[in-house]
Amino acid sequence: MLNIKTKNRLLIFLSIFVLSIILTIFLFKTLRNNVLYFYSPSEVSKSDENAFKNNIRLGGMVKPGSVKTDNNEIKFIVTDYKKEIIVIYQGTVPALFAEGKGVVAEGKLQDKKFFLAKRILAKHDENYMPPEIKESLKQNAR
Amino acid sequence: MLGSFGIAVTTISLLLSLSLLYLSYYDLKLSSNRVSKKIYKFSFLQILLTFLSFITLIMAYVISDFSLINVYENSHTTKPLFYKISGTWGNHEGSLLLWINILVLFSFLFLILDENKNKNFRLYTLIFQNILISTFLIFLLTNSNPFSLLYPVPTEGMGLNPILQDPALAIHPPLLYVGFVGSSIYFSIALAALITKVDSKSLATTIKPWVSVSWSFQTLGILVGSIWAYYELGWGGFWFWDPVENSSLMPWFLMTALLHSVLVLERRIGLYSWVIILSILTFTMSVVGTFLVRSGILNSVHTFANDPSRGLFILSFLALMVFSSIYIFFKYAPNENKNYKIFSKESFILLNNWFMIFFLAVVLIGTLYPVFLDTLTGQKISVGPPYYNFILAPFLLPLLFLMTSGPKHKWISPEIIGIFNIALFIAVSLFIIIFISIKESSILLLLILLFSTYLITQTIFDFFEKFKNKNINLSRIISHFGFGMLIFSISLNQIFSVEESFNARVGDERKFKNYTIKFSNLETFTKKNFKSAKGYFEIINNKNSTSQNLTPEIRVYNKPETITYEASINTRLFSDSYLTMSNISSTDVFNIKFQKKPFMNFIWFSVLLISLGGILQFTRFRKKI
Repeated sequence: MLNIKTKNRLLIFLSIFVLSIILTIFLFKTLRNNVLYFYSPSEVSKSDENAFKNNIRLGGMVKPGSVKTDNNEIKFIVTDYKKEIIVIYQGTVPALFAEGKGVVAEGKLQDKKFFLAKRILAKHDENYMPPEIKESLKQNAR
Repeated sequence: MLGSFGIAVTTISLLLSLSLLYLSYYDLKLSSNRVSKKIYKFSFLQILLTFLSFITLIMAYVISDFSLINVYENSHTTKPLFYKISGTWGNHEGSLLLWINILVLFSFLFLILDENKNKNFRLYTLIFQNILISTFLIFLLTNSNPFSLLYPVPTEGMGLNPILQDPALAIHPPLLYVGFVGSSIYFSIALAALITKVDSKSLATTIKPWVSVSWSFQTLGILVGSIWAYYELGWGGFWFWDPVENSSLMPWFLMTALLHSVLVLERRIGLYSWVIILSILTFTMSVVGTFLVRSGILNSVHTFANDPSRGLFILSFLALMVFSSIYIFFKYAPNENKNYKIFSKESFILLNNWFMIFFLAVVLIGTLYPVFLDTLTGQKISVGPPYYNFILAPFLLPLLFLMTSGPKHKWISPEIIGIFNIALFIAVSLFIIIFISIKESSILLLLILLFSTYLITQTIFDFFEKFKNKNINLSRIISHFGFGMLIFSISLNQIFSVEESFNARVGDERKFKNYTIKFSNLETFTKKNFKSAKGYFEIINNKNSTSQNLTPEIRVYNKPETITYEASINTRLFSDSYLTMSNISSTDVFNIKFQKKPFMNFIWFSVLLISLGGILQFTRFRKKI
């Protein structure tokens, strides 16, 4: 038989093991619920309804001449040269937001042509482009 | 001129580090029980020349020597002197040189301050430290040379990104680097202790001041970074769970764990291996942090243009470092008995370590998961702040409670201490007052408020008890009090923040809740290195009919041409008013965001207190020697 000391150790070890498994499951579950998937306008047009359930990040170029503002909101078109999506946003835009420049909008798709943004992301560097946009633009430019 | 001089000086300091390696190794075999004078001389020369190379680079920035690519790319003649100097470490190459300077500084300080330690222990520490120094110097000279020359010499530089031209960001990297790189010395000490079989007491006393110093600086660095993000990025927040911020927080968790377990090691044999593992992990995490920030694999709001070859170097260095540390650890790790009595102080410290490791795991997974998913499946994701808040917030409750009751327990002997005392009574009554006045419905937030109030009152009680009992650790009281204040202020900040965004033209007025915001005037003017449009706003609080004026700016810097939005912040003791204005595609409509941010001062101040505790720990320790 196991002596008491070994038994105690085994018990402690087992409880730690079980606890860490529960924590890990909890962790990844929360992680799954809180990730933001990145879409380009073309990907949105091909996507299933999953894209509409949760918040997503939409990235592309702000179409030149498309920015319109009134007292409440900003409206502009995000394009990846293939497909376009209208974005509506209430709030402040970051310093590097401009027509013809890259943009990442965070929010919810209303339908395949219409996006309600909660946040427009800022980037520090005017030469910097988020890797996702760079890639999707590169593919479409071909 | 300065470029060639800089390369020469840096090469000599590399040679010095290599000879130090050789000398220390050679000295190991000598029978004398003192470290040879030659090593002192070489170390002195090494620190002198490394500093000189850094000063050379600073000089090149000050006199705008554009024959250096690094100066050309990051500076400009019209830049104010202060930012010319701080621009030195505002870029990858310069900051790497700063990183090496701090490595050398710690190596030197260790040599002269820890004189009374075992000779071979000191020599091995020096060997490991110089391996690090040489590797990074080679990396600097071959891949990221700040002294690389440019021909023909341009007459004007490209300028420094204006958001980096900021006093907070000028001191942020040096502070953070002292924290990051400071962990190198206990990495080296830990490996040296393993090899020379140093006993736990002297390992603990050697490592402790270094841990407190790097921990305090890391805390300060994080503080300054988030203050900068608060007023410069214009979001009105102070922590975004951004991957780059996370990389500075992850070593912090490990340092905190180490800071606590060293206390155990000082008093008893236990935790020897654990302290060694933590020391190795902390420096590894610091290098990982550097790798994540500099390699560009993270999709972060802080990302600058990057170069993948750097990442490759740091990654291979990291792999080599981790594998050799693991090898050394398993070859030399001692056997130890791990008998802990529940409810003794050391088991509470172990619990602290569990929490820190858990927090680290949560942040690490959140930061790296997108990277792995991208490489494995090509799917692009980002992990939002709700993940962190949702997971970490509930665990604050037991942490706060343990921080309150843990330190009251005695070493070694198990003894259950009554938690029902005056402090708890006061905390609960205070909490009831708070509860009545805030009308907050989130139970978790309320509980966090209650537990942090308890921690605050208990530490205040402990503080007064200190006058009677000199054995109480003051730095613990200050840091724990600071942490309680921090959580308390953040919770109130969460509850009371007000935010309103709208678009307006000059002359417009906006009413919401009990505020009226008037956009009264717009002025434009030109300064030396930027043009600015300044908005004049009047914020009227209809509840107590007070008003204040805020003047946010839109600045267009000329070199490099960059637009920045300068938030206008009116700081009062209990609450900040925060207003940013941005222009939308050159129309006459402005995009306004007004925020009321309560308790911001308290948040900054409590982090300052936390780090003050660490500094106090260090000075207290030095006095003892």
